[in-house]
Amino acid sequence: MVKTLEDRINPSSTNDSVLSTQEYFVNMGPQHPSTHGVLRLVLKLDGETVREVIPVLGYIHRGMEKKAETIGYRQQIHLTDRLDYLCSVMNNWVSAEVVEKAAKIESNERIQTIRTIVAELQRIQSHLLWWGVFGMDLGAFTPFLYGFRDREKITKIFEDTIGARLTMNYIQPGGLMYDIHPDFVKDVKSFLTYIKPLFAEYDGLVTGNIIIQERLRNVGIMDAKTAIALGTTGPVLRASGVAHDLRKIKPYGVYSKVDFAIPIGTVGDCWDRYAVRMLEMRESVKIVEQLIDNVPEGKHLTMKAGAKIRPPAGVYYEEMETARGIFGVMINSDGTEKPSRVYYRTPNFHNIWSITKISPGGRIGDLVAIMSSLDIVVPDMDR
Amino acid sequence: MTPEELQGIILGLDSELSLREASSVLMIKVPASSLMKIMVSLKEDPRFAFDQLQYHTALDWPAEDRIECLYHFCSTQFHHELMISVSLPRTNPVLPSVSHLWPIAEWQEREVYDMFGVIYENHPDLRRILLDDDWKGFPLRKDYKDEFMLERPW
Repeated sequence: MVKTLEDRINPSSTNDSVLSTQEYFVNMGPQHPSTHGVLRLVLKLDGETVREVIPVLGYIHRGMEKKAETIGYRQQIHLTDRLDYLCSVMNNWVSAEVVEKAAKIESNERIQTIRTIVAELQRIQSHLLWWGVFGMDLGAFTPFLYGFRDREKITKIFEDTIGARLTMNYIQPGGLMYDIHPDFVKDVKSFLTYIKPLFAEYDGLVTGNIIIQERLRNVGIMDAKTAIALGTTGPVLRASGVAHDLRKIKPYGVYSKVDFAIPIGTVGDCWDRYAVRMLEMRESVKIVEQLIDNVPEGKHLTMKAGAKIRPPAGVYYEEMETARGIFGVMINSDGTEKPSRVYYRTPNFHNIWSITKISPGGRIGDLVAIMSSLDIVVPDMDR
Repeated sequence: MTPEELQGIILGLDSELSLREASSVLMIKVPASSLMKIMVSLKEDPRFAFDQLQYHTALDWPAEDRIECLYHFCSTQFHHELMISVSLPRTNPVLPSVSHLWPIAEWQEREVYDMFGVIYENHPDLRRILLDDDWKGFPLRKDYKDEFMLERPW
């Protein structure tokens, strides 16, 4: 009953008596530039047409959930940096928030405002990187340079406040690791004035390009019902026309106080997924603009950094909207200082599965475009 | 629907259902025998419209000799959520697959099989997902040991 990969790709199913072109299996990855890491896709091809995609995961599986059982509630937050490394602060936030809710640790308005600002900056940063790499996957190198150039501005702001550029480890139960840098507000404001006219430049460079449009339109179509059934979340789900965004549905942080829209697509093809992310960046700029001028005064940490955390026994779950979809943390506490079980509900693990349903029938080139439009980060899948 | 209303309606579906205490999200205990019936009504009943299986995972309770499988549903229409808990014996745990109701379950059930060894009946493609096909044991069980694991002195 339990199968292996070998059983799966065994050619016993092909019927030789029927005259047909030869179908064959090709490995794409684990070391392939457009798989963004170590994702392996076993492709069943008929010429250049993709007949079947079998994702093979686990090349960067680090046993994070098992590891989290042997360390404390505060330490497991470090691990979430290494899941989706482009959303590290948002991941920290979820895993800190679930501990806060479980152990009834309070936070204040200042903490929540800074968390929201940093999370939205990181959403812009993540989408900028995606935009650059997306262009590169489709064969355009220039967006990559633009994306990294502008991403660097945010990375610099984070470096000043947080001290890290990638694995931030910034948010902890009861507050923030450090208070914001004295120049933070000034830097963020000058970044916002810098980035706003650039969106038009990105559109002129890539969005309006006829080759890009031809490559993306009507490729990898996923209608709303399919997108929900396939478990996708985030921009992938919203591109299919489902306005499902946790920032609106159950607002956390200070999202209930800001005014922003949720961009949604209509067709659910690669083009919509592209457009949704481009619009999301503009909305994130709007959110930061509304918050940056009135960061409330207060402490950046409401509890002692070394204080023991012992949530009462029970199951706790918290989820938030990261740049790739819903990231959730489920903790089962047994009342001690270490969690009895930690489960990370990662957006990419669920989003990548849709590739098996939407890419068959297309070409290999389309597969690369679909994969890139799903915005996958492999460590997030493998945990 | 509020969690209280949802709880009332769901507990009224079947007398075997009960509330699973100590959970931040509304969680209902379902016996494995009536799981399929409940799952179908969660999916099909227009009052619930649970169209999204948010995640599926398990907890290991070696002292009580059971594995507790958790399903977390949410509705993109009503935005309410619900968790279902099913307890299975640790030796030879078997559950019916719900992948024909929520296709993503095919992917999630493979992970629970990989980590806890729960066998899913009628699963279209039950394989290990994160570990190698020839891996021995199920790592997220509490009693899992292999030669690479280190004993911590603290």
